[in-house]
Formats: sequence, C-alpha cells, structure tokens
Amino acid sequence: MFYWLQKNLPKIVIAPSFAVILWFVYGFVLWTFYISLTKSKMLPRYEFWGINQHIRLWSNPRWFNAVENLIIFTVLFVIICLLIGIILSILLDQKIRAEGFLRTVYLYPMALSFIVTGTAWKWILNPTMGIEKLFTDWGFTNFTFDWLVNRDMSIYTIVIAAVWQSSGFVMALFLAGLRSIDDEIVKAAKIDGASLYSIYITIILPMMRPVFMSSIVILLHISIKSYDLVIALTAGGPGISSDMPAVFMTQMAFHRSQIGLASASAVMMFLTVLAIVVPYLYSELRRQDANS
Amino acid sequence: MQTLEFQNIKKIERSATRKRIFFRWLLFLMLGLFALYYIAPLYVMIVTSLKTMEEIRQGNLMSLPGEIIFDSWKTAWSGRGGIDAGNVFLRPFFWNSLKMVVPAVAISTFFGAMNGYALTKWRFKGDNLLFLAFLFGCFIPYQAILLPMSRTLGILGISNSISGLVLVHTVYGLSFTTLFFRNYYISIPDEMIKAARIDGAGFFKIFFKVLLPISSPIIVVTVIWQFTNIWNDFLFGSSFSFGEAAPIQVALNNMVLTSTSVKEYNVDMAAAFIAGIPTLIVYVLAGKYFIRGLTAGSVKG
Repeated sequence: MFYWLQKNLPKIVIAPSFAVILWFVYGFVLWTFYISLTKSKMLPRYEFWGINQHIRLWSNPRWFNAVENLIIFTVLFVIICLLIGIILSILLDQKIRAEGFLRTVYLYPMALSFIVTGTAWKWILNPTMGIEKLFTDWGFTNFTFDWLVNRDMSIYTIVIAAVWQSSGFVMALFLAGLRSIDDEIVKAAKIDGASLYSIYITIILPMMRPVFMSSIVILLHISIKSYDLVIALTAGGPGISSDMPAVFMTQMAFHRSQIGLASASAVMMFLTVLAIVVPYLYSELRRQDANS
Repeated sequence: MQTLEFQNIKKIERSATRKRIFFRWLLFLMLGLFALYYIAPLYVMIVTSLKTMEEIRQGNLMSLPGEIIFDSWKTAWSGRGGIDAGNVFLRPFFWNSLKMVVPAVAISTFFGAMNGYALTKWRFKGDNLLFLAFLFGCFIPYQAILLPMSRTLGILGISNSISGLVLVHTVYGLSFTTLFFRNYYISIPDEMIKAARIDGAGFFKIFFKVLLPISSPIIVVTVIWQFTNIWNDFLFGSSFSFGEAAPIQVALNNMVLTSTSVKEYNVDMAAAFIAGIPTLIVYVLAGKYFIRGLTAGSVKG
C-alpha cells in the first residue's frame, strides 16, 4: 500500500488539477456545445433541436454586424501593431543608450486593464472636450473628431486604443527575436556593401518568421476575445455600430435570456480560436522537435 | 596631387560622419515621438484628475492645472460623503479585488508548481498528453465557459461572491501556472533530483528541499502574471458579480457609466488611475519578470 502510494504520488498530486481542468474546461465547453443545439432560452433545456440556433445566429443581422466589425478590427489591429512593433524594435536595436527606459515606456500599457485604457481613451476621444478641443486650441479651428459618436467610425476608436495597448508587446517579441540573431551575419552583409535597410528587409526580417507567427497568433487571439475594451470605450455603440462577437455573446447570455443563441455564438468564437491555435501549436511543437 | 586626394577622402569621411549624426538624430527623434505617443494618455489621465471641472471646461487635454488639488482622487476613492444613491466610489471594490487576488494567485501558483514538478521530474506514461490537456485551457475563449460557470456558481451557492470569483480565477489560472512551472522545471537537470532520490528523499521532500529554493524567478513570473491578469479581469467580474461583491474593474466601469448629473471627468480619470496603480507599480518594480511572463504565457509549447 505504502509502496503503491509512493509510486503513484506524482499522479495523485496532479489528479485534482486535472479533474478541475477536465470539468471546468472540457466539460463546460461540451455543455456549451450541446446547449447551442437546443431550444434553451432563459433556462437550459436539454431536448435536441439540431442546428437551428446556428441557423438563427447566422441569419441574425446583429451577429453579422458583429462579425463584420471583428474582421475590420482584426485586420487593422494586427497590421498596425505589427508595423509599429517591428519599427520600434528595429529602432531600439541600434544600440541606444536609453533602451531600457524606452522599452519600459513602450510596454507599460500592457500592464493596464482594458477598462482603464478604455476609460482614458474615452476621455481623450471625447467629441467636444477631448482631442478636438486640443486641436482647435492649437489653431486648427476646423478640426473635428467625433469618431466615438459616429456610427461609421466608432469601430476605429477601438482600433486606436487597442493598438496603443498592445503594440509595445509586439515590439518586445521582435526585439527578443532580433537579439537572438547572430551578429556575424549582419557584419558579413555589411562588408559585402549591403545597406542597413536592405539587410533588415532581405536578411533579418525573413529570419524572424517564427516571431511573426507567434505575434500574429497572439494578436488574433486578443482580437477575437476583445470584450472589455469595447464595453469601456463605446459599449458597442452608438447603437450596435461597434458591436463584437464577445459583446454579442454576453448580451444574449445575460441580458436577453437567449442562452441557446449565446452558446451558438460562443461555439463560433471557440471554433475560430481553435482554427488558429491548433495549427500553430502543431507547427510550434514540430519545430521544437526538429531543433532538439 | 596627394594632398588633393587626401582632402577628398577627408571630405567623404566628413560627409559620412555628418550623415551618421543626422541619422542618429532622426533615430532619437522617432523614438522620442513614439515615447510621447505612449506616455500621452497617462499624462492626460493624471493631469485631468488634478484639475477642477471648471479648468477642464476651459482648458484642453494637455493644459496643466492651475493648482494641484486631490479632491477628485478623494471623491473617486471614498465618495463625497453623505448618502447618495448614485455615488459609486472605489474603496470597497479595491478591497474586494485584493481579497480576490491574494487567494486566487496563491492557490493557482501552488498547484501550478506541483503540477509542473510532477510532470517533468516524475515522468509517467502519457505525461506529455496530460500537459497538452492543461495547455488547451490557455487558449479557450472564456465565452465558451461563461454560461455553465455561472450555473455552477449558482449551484454551489457562491454566485455574486468573492469566493466564487476566487474559484473561477484559480481554475482558469491553473493552465497558465502549470505551463510556466513545467517549462521552467524541464530545463533543470534531472541529475539533481536523482541524487536526492538516492539519498532517500521522497516526492515532497525533493520539491521543498531541492526545487523550491531555485524556483524564485519562476514564482515571481507566475505571481506577477496571475496578479496582473486577475486584477485586470473584467469579463468574469462583470458576469459573475454585481453590486457589493464586484471587483475594481467592474466598479470603475460602473462609475464611468453612471453619472448622476454632470459628468465629472476628473473623478473618472482619478478612478481609472487608482484602478491601474497596483499593476503599474508591479510593472515598474519587476518589469523584467512581467515581460518574461508575457512572452512565456503568450503562446509557447
């Protein structure tokens, strides 16, 4: 008995955590899956109803609007964050004396919550007293900036705040990648007469493929889950002009008593994340296997 | 003839240095402009929180306050006194968050360390698969577990309570803490453990005597990661609690949304700053570990 206990102790130690993960992650995801296949409204009902909720979801204009916003947001968010992150990391890589300080400054927004970020930017983008007033005070009397209350532009305010918060992180990832590159390669290229610009474009950036991959996956992950920032900045408004899938989901789940539909939307989000993360993890593991 | 050539070389050299100095300045200019871009919102937040509403209406985002007054900080922290239905202030919610963060971070870090240790130093059949099962929890969008979680909390009788939030954050932190410790312990040579085993040390003794003393870096990384994430959480807080049990981020959002009569931007900014201070302090004091957590916790197998 004692021997058995001794031998199986590692498994016994992991067991509670594993049981918790099994129940709260896998069990719950399956439950949500199943509920998306039922007629549940305010309370869960367990009679099977086929994929009707999913059909309802995809014929719901509000959901379509949310998905459209997510696509706009994601494309801009990923591209701008990558651009800023890469530029900053290359600039910082030029043996700058104040590098540590600057890095701290570029990255601190990551330590703030999206609610704090949203609150601050909501004030900055305030249509009358915010940035608009700043520019009129500076002499640009015709300057208007009403994106926060403009149905066509509200989604872009979320891009602005999200880029501010997350671009420093991309910088950190790329800087770490740049530091791991062998100096000799750069020196050799310099001797061959290559300009610094062409060294970065043709030699260094192509070597950063793995960093590109992980940055993109992380940014996609952040954007699909974006909820807090939308709530704090625009609350999905004006109207539903800056609605997103995560906001749609909680609205249906907690305010509209449509838990079947909410589950269907959650399943869509889950599958999207899965489609991004699984191939990435797979290639990442294979790369590690190849290296070791 | 020779002097002419020499002069030419000198000229080229001089223009090269001039070019280099120019690019150096350009570099610093760009870095400086970016720094301003990141700093500006924090500056606006602090400056606005120190102004009176009168000053806010007359000045603009960047203008400095006439005299520095902390009235809006007081209002944001402890209210205006007197019983006012719409008067939300942060103090009780700040404590809520603290009461939620401390146990959730401690429990999830402890179990993460144990799991990471068992997974790497006491290999058993299927341990890698088990780790992958844990890892999966880092990626799920929480929308996929919100509804069953909210029902479970109801059944357990801890919905809308701090203990409910502690449970939620502990459970969904486990994947990350296990990942951190697993990846740290896997790089520690097995010889150390083997030697201790030969000396007759058991599972727990090896952990506490051999591994724990060299684990401080990863403990710091994990604690900071968990602290920042739980302190900054809004989704769980707003889904599973309301009213008095809400954590600080939920309270901040409510405060900004529920304006009784006139919008007080100075109080909003003071509140936002108060809600952000704890994580900012951690970041300034332990930035290195914060970044390590970010890169390790982001997506790494």
